[in-house]
Amino acid sequence: MYTVADLKKGLKITLDGDPYIVIAFDFAKPGKGQALYRTKMRNMITGSILDRTYRSGETFEPASLEDRKMQFLYREEGHFVFMDNLNYEQYRMGEDAVGDAKNYLIDNLPVDLLLFSDKAIAVDVPNFVNLRVAQTDPWAKGDTSGSDSKPATVETGYVLRVPPFIEEGELIVIDTRNGEYSTRVKG
Amino acid sequence: MNWNLAQKAHKLAARAVILQKIREFFINRGYLEVDTPVLIPAPAPESHINPVEAGNLYLQTSPELCMKRLLAADFPMIFQICHCWRSNERGSRHLPEFTMLEWYRSDSDYFDLMTEVAELLRFVADSLTTDGVCCYNGKKIDLNGGCEIITVSDAFEKYAGTTMKKSLENNEFDLLMSDLIEPQLGNKRPTIIFDYPAEKAALSKLKDDDSRVAERFELYLAGIEIANAFSELNDPHSQRERFLNEIEYRKKHGAKVYPIPEPFLAELADMPSAAGIALGVDRLVMFFTDSKTIDEVVAFTPEDL
Repeated sequence: MYTVADLKKGLKITLDGDPYIVIAFDFAKPGKGQALYRTKMRNMITGSILDRTYRSGETFEPASLEDRKMQFLYREEGHFVFMDNLNYEQYRMGEDAVGDAKNYLIDNLPVDLLLFSDKAIAVDVPNFVNLRVAQTDPWAKGDTSGSDSKPATVETGYVLRVPPFIEEGELIVIDTRNGEYSTRVKG
Repeated sequence: MNWNLAQKAHKLAARAVILQKIREFFINRGYLEVDTPVLIPAPAPESHINPVEAGNLYLQTSPELCMKRLLAADFPMIFQICHCWRSNERGSRHLPEFTMLEWYRSDSDYFDLMTEVAELLRFVADSLTTDGVCCYNGKKIDLNGGCEIITVSDAFEKYAGTTMKKSLENNEFDLLMSDLIEPQLGNKRPTIIFDYPAEKAALSKLKDDDSRVAERFELYLAGIEIANAFSELNDPHSQRERFLNEIEYRKKHGAKVYPIPEPFLAELADMPSAAGIALGVDRLVMFFTDSKTIDEVVAFTPEDL
């Protein structure tokens, strides 16, 4: 059982029998008042979005999902294909269900696929993924400020801000929890 | 290099300027800067504030009690900038360890502080804007003309379509405040909502002519709660009773209870009539630097450590 203290982006709970994933979360507390936990959740079956505010003391049942180790195989006409590492069974998922994870899916990436009645409904990617920079403008010489940034497109097509010294072809580490650049892969 | 940290350079520089301007403001006005212990044996009992425990002691949730003991010992104008801790408070506007500015002045009431806090905002704005008008999340907030003021009761009727009394009876005061009222406050000028229901008085004095409301206000900028102020209660008997009520509430709701701060109560009888205010410095920096989250204005969040 979860309590309000467990609420965070990505948490999966059961509401009225359906699995829901928390897609946005914030903590609020108006002037010396009660703590309020605001969540936005997506029904993992129907895709419908729900806003709910909880208070201290409320509890949640985890979503009853089967969690399987798989790897990403390939992308095909708006679908993503994964393979179970144990029995080589393949699962297809639509782009909506894959969500932000699509930014990090490169061939053979190990993922956790969540199944509900043997249907793949969500994918969990590792917290950090290494992706190669496909395109970024060169670093303008003389630009030495440590706080500057520039856009870069990685091999999955995802665009993010990176430090100016990052070059095309370099491998960088991205934190998949916030989608931000974390560091460069050395060597 | 920690590049995400390096990205914060501009905001951390603005933060430093804001801290310096705050000090300058109070020193110019003859306030004494004080520095009281953060490790204390007994925080003020409050229904919804949980201290962080440190051995047999607690990290302060606010410097309020020690500062009032200073007032009682005839330090008439004092301010402090310090860290405070509140367990499990983490969100886009909350850090469990945050920076608080508190100031207290004798022979004053909450109306004096309404004026003074508006002057502080305008003074700090001098270093960060050319004309005292700030941009936050696409809104222009003008700090030149003082604060708009509205009673809590009027705010409920105007923005929540109900009365303060009904919201208390239905246990939805906090929810309506957070969902419907707060987002409407401080979007053109700083807004003060004042005269809280007596149930929410905490350490404030009740109004002489209407004991159903307390002389307490909150200041908002762009929908963000920035400061909480009181005409301070200086009757030790009422204060003890309120502490016991808070403790009772905590017990009833399964929250941990803490010792009563006896030395504070013992000295409260010596405290002159005074007003005090607590202002969240991190949120003030958020406002002045147009930052969406509190994470952007501190060097390290708990998750970064």
